[in-house]
Order: sequence, then C-alpha cells, then structure tokens
Amino acid sequence: MQALTNRSKVVSDKKMTFMERIYIPAILKGMSITIRHFFRKKISINYPEQTREFSKVYRGQHVLKRDDEGRERCTACGLCAVACPAEAITMIAGERKPGEENLYREEKYAEVYTINMLRCIFCGDCEDACPKEAIFLTDRIVVSQYERSSFIYGKDILVEPLDQSLRIDISARQTEKVLNFKQDKRFAHNK
Amino acid sequence: MDLTLYIYKTIFLFIILLVTLVVAMYSTYGERKVAAFMQDRRGPNRAGPFGLLQPIADGVKMFMKEEIIPLSANKKLFILGPSIAMTTAMLTGVVIPWGGIITIAGREFSMQIADLNIGILYVFAMVSIGVYGIMIGGWASNNKYALLGSIRAASQMISYELAMGLSIVGLILTTGSLSLNEIVAQQHGMHWNVFYQPLGFLIFLVCAFAETNRAPFDLPECETELIGGYHTEYSSMKLGFYLFAEYINMFISSAVIATLYFGGYNMPFIDQIGLSPNMVTLLGTFFFFMKIFFFIFLFMWIRWTLPRFRYDQLMNLGWKKLMPLAIFNIMATGAYYYFTELT
Amino acid sequence: MVFLFYFLSAIMILTALFVVFSKNPVDSVIYLIICFIAMAGQYILLNSQFLAVVHVIVYTGAIMVLFLFVIMLLNLNKEIILQKSKVTRISAVVTGGIFFLVMVAATRLTLEIHPRYAFDSKIGLVSEVGKTLFHEFLLPFEISSVLFISAMIGAVMFGKKDV
Repeated sequence: MQALTNRSKVVSDKKMTFMERIYIPAILKGMSITIRHFFRKKISINYPEQTREFSKVYRGQHVLKRDDEGRERCTACGLCAVACPAEAITMIAGERKPGEENLYREEKYAEVYTINMLRCIFCGDCEDACPKEAIFLTDRIVVSQYERSSFIYGKDILVEPLDQSLRIDISARQTEKVLNFKQDKRFAHNK
Repeated sequence: MDLTLYIYKTIFLFIILLVTLVVAMYSTYGERKVAAFMQDRRGPNRAGPFGLLQPIADGVKMFMKEEIIPLSANKKLFILGPSIAMTTAMLTGVVIPWGGIITIAGREFSMQIADLNIGILYVFAMVSIGVYGIMIGGWASNNKYALLGSIRAASQMISYELAMGLSIVGLILTTGSLSLNEIVAQQHGMHWNVFYQPLGFLIFLVCAFAETNRAPFDLPECETELIGGYHTEYSSMKLGFYLFAEYINMFISSAVIATLYFGGYNMPFIDQIGLSPNMVTLLGTFFFFMKIFFFIFLFMWIRWTLPRFRYDQLMNLGWKKLMPLAIFNIMATGAYYYFTELT
Repeated sequence: MVFLFYFLSAIMILTALFVVFSKNPVDSVIYLIICFIAMAGQYILLNSQFLAVVHVIVYTGAIMVLFLFVIMLLNLNKEIILQKSKVTRISAVVTGGIFFLVMVAATRLTLEIHPRYAFDSKIGLVSEVGKTLFHEFLLPFEISSVLFISAMIGAVMFGKKDV
C-alpha cells in the first residue's frame, strides 16, 4: 500500500544498542524536555479575571434590534424560522393597533418570539435570512442554567433595551460587505 | 537521663512530627503545581495567594467526606491498614540527623532524636513493616482490585527492598558505620558519598522510587488498570491517611538519600566563612532541607516525565538488573578497599 | 526495665495464644507479627539492637509478608476449613500434650543453669556480632551460607518447569 504522507514512521525491531538499553540517556532527555516546559510561559489564562478576545465574527447570543427611534424592527415574517436548520425559532405574529406606532416599525410584529438555545447551533442563517435587519448574533455568551426550560429565550431576553446607551453593538457583524451581500440578496429574485 | 534532655527531646520530637506533616501537606500542593507547570498549566491558584491554602482546603474536604466501610469488608483490619501505613511512615524520621549540635546556655543538644548505631537498618525495618499497611488494607477491602493492588505492592516492595539493601552494603563498606549520624559526620567538606558510590546511589534512587510506590513504579495504585489499587474502597480521612503516608514516605526517602549520599547537613565551604557554631548548625539544617526539597522535586519531576512500567518489566528490572548490579557494586567496592589497604 | 520486660512478655504470651485460638488465619498472622515485634523489644532490652532490627527486617518484614501473601491468595473462609475426624483430634491433643511436657521439663532444668560468660553490654552491637561471626564462628557461618545457596538453587529448580 502506498503511504499517503511521508510522516509515518517505519516500525523496526532492531536490537537496541548498549546506550539505549541502559535507558538513562533517554530518561535524562525526557527530563530535560519536561524541565523546559516547567519554565515556559503558561498557555492557560485566569478565566474570570482575564478573558480571551473574541473573534470579530463570533456568533453568540441573539439580539432583536430596535431602530433609531426605539421601535422593534421585526415584522414576524418568519423567514428566520424557515431558514433555521435546527428549528429553534418560533413566533406568533400580531397586528399593530393604532397608537402603537412608536413601539413597532411595521404593521405586523411578533407577539411572541422564542429561540430555544438548546437547539440553536449558532450558524447565523437567521441573520442572513432577515430582510429587516432585525436579528443579529452577538459576542455575548449564552450562560448556563439549571433548568432546560430556562434555555427557551423569549422577547424579554432577546429584544435589546430601549435606552440608547444600553443598545447592543452589532457593528462588527454589519460591515459593508455584509450589507452589500444583503442588498444583492434582497433583489435577487428581480434579476 | 536528666530532665532538660528529656524535655528537649520531647519538644524536638513534636517539632519533627509537625515539620514532617507540614512538608507532606505542601508536597501535595507542590505536586499539583509541578505537574501543572510541566504541562504548561497554572495549577491550583484559587485558595489564597498562589493557591497556598489549597492543602488546607483539601484537608477540610477529606475530613468532611462521608466515611464508608463496605459491608463485606473486615472492619477491624480495614481500619488497621491506613493506621499502620501512617504510623510507620512517621516513625522513620526519628533516626535522621536533621542538623549538627546546637549549644544553648552551655549545653550541647544534638538535632537528632535517636542516634541508633544501626540507623540505616532501622529505616529498612520501618519500610518493611510499612508493607503491611498496604497489604492489610487491600485485603480487608474485600475487593478484587484492592487485593490485586496490595499483592502488587507487597511483591514490588519485597523485591526492591533486596536491591536497596544490597546497594547500601557498598556504602557501609566505605563508611564503616551503620549510624546515620556518623555517616553524615564523615562526609564533612564535600566528601559526599555520591562521589564514592555513584552506582550504589543510582540503584538506591531507583529502589527509593519503587519503595514509595511513586511513578514510574506506581503499579499498586495505577488507575487505568486497578481503579486506584489498594485504596479503591477507602474514603474520607482513611484515604487521606494513605495518600498522606505516601507523601511522608517521599519526604523521608528524600531525607535518607540526602543523608546517605549528599552529605546531610554538611555544606561546602562552611568552615571558611567563619560563623559561630550555632549559626553553622542552623545553616546546615537549612541546607539539608534544601537538599530534601530538591529530591522531592526530583520525585515529582520523574513522575511527570516517565510513563508507568509494565509489571514484568518492573520485576525484571528489580531482580535481573538492579540485584546483579548491586552485587557487582559490593564486589568492586570490596576489591578496591582490599587492594588499597594492602599497599 | 523490669516493668517493660513483663509488659512485653505479657504481650508476647497473649498474642501467641491468639495466634493459636483465632479462627481467621489472617488474624493469626497479624497476632504473630505483633508477637515478633514484642520479641524485638525484648532484644532491645538486652541491648542487642542489631539483633532486634534484623529480627524485625527478616521475620516481620519478609517472612510474615510471605505468610500473609499466601493466606490472602488462598482466601481461607470458615466454610472451607475442613472438620477433622475424631482420631486426628485426639492424636493432636496427645502429641501436643507430650510436647508441652517436654518443654516444661526443659525450662525447669534451665532455671538452674548459670551463664558461662559474664553479661557484656556490648554483645549485641553490630561490630561485636560481626567480629564474633567472622572469628569464632567463621566455619559454621560459611557452611550455613552454602546451605542457603543450595536451598535457593533448589527453589529455582522447583519453580522452573523447563531448566
């Protein structure tokens, strides 16, 4: 059989020389390796005090964005739920009543919007599918819980706060390239 | 025996016991730190600064655990096992000379509890009794893994005791004494025995690893084969006693190695500095402990470098390699002294 | 010193009795070990430290470990121990009684014997033992070592099936 790489070692059963048989040089060699590691810089970090920098495109807990006037962007079109390969997203749509214009941007909105975080695989397809720039994945970590039921996140967790200063920053994920891609996609059926 | 000496010996005994326990306690911390550092990790660093309170936390945990005695175990012997292991481990420190002579108010006090004229043999006797702790504990658990572990421990310790005893004979031929105090006194001024008995030292070192059941000779408790060996059924402080006894044994073995081969409390160039005798003694004790700590570190260093032996390899090494080497060492030493004394 | 002697003797006699009377063989071995350690104590009282330590190393440390080893591996339970027939029991009692009688007679005679040498407090120290062994008793010592070697070779011969 032909070898796929040249890294495989050929096993030989040759007799060991005297120096190999007394083992002491080999043991000393091993000890020199371990002592070198002893003084090497440690790889692990002190986690709660220090955290590793996230990648720019890290996909963590979702956020439902509001627009500049504080209205929810989501129009409950259901494209995210369709796109979701894990079927983690469910929603119930509702119609906007008069006088609620300052709450919802579109005439239709999501009364209930849940993401099951146990099912979610954080692929980001919902974000790609969204025509209203409403859902984004952020660099926040989904924290552990004691109950399975507490992993089903509703709008109370997902929608970002009204206060401008507490808005979740998603600029890392909404780059020029992404916007262009979405632009193309939105009008793809017209081409 | 007069009262002052009596009180001094009692106090000194307690100090030695305390030091032994504290060193053993911090060896557990040291072990974890050394292991971590050699694997590019950080090791325990949560309890106290640099994790220095970790041994205390571990001790509290051990005490708080539920004490379980299996129904089918032999209750009497089940308790006897760890007690023997702990007792014999603690008893050995009695004969080791921890320092020279200290003078307080015109009286000379030796920093050794008992200067037996057969000090080395006493150490051997204690080691050979120590086997019972493991054997009885393993058998009394009424568990096949524990029994296998204890049988391995017993046969391993008996086998390596022989090679260890024979490796010592060469040393005794050079020193002409069995008293540890005298052996140390003879090594004054860099006449360390390791330079005269390098082969004997090497054999003794390997046997010391085997006698303390440390890696690469930790077959009695290898997790992958025996789920923990002789202490499989043990929990709480009884398990703690076994683990602790191992670390005390390691400390004592390091002390014995330093005493026999590395000049004990002697340090080079101490006579040239010109300090007062008491300062020399204290410095010597400090230096002795440095040597001990180095050997404890060596024990850990080897443990985290070498993989475990296979059982037949272990027996082959003990009986077919170390024994003949030790006998050769005796004959070579004997021949050397025979011919040099003739001329 | 006298108190210690009686204390150790009491331990020795008691444990020796327990060795015979305890049902569990492992218990017997452990009582025998305690008995041996007490015996080492008696040697120390006679100022023969070397003998005491060698006694501990050889008897308690090596021979009894092998005893324990064998008993552990056999794993003798109460059910396995066979009930002896009446004839064996009676004959055992008779022979034991005769042996006991001989022992009593022998000790009764020794009470009147005076030691040939005056007691030397250094007799048990290692240098004295060595000198005695290699000067006065050189031939018996060497012959016993030859005996040991032949026993060892015999053991190896038994142990190996194909030599």
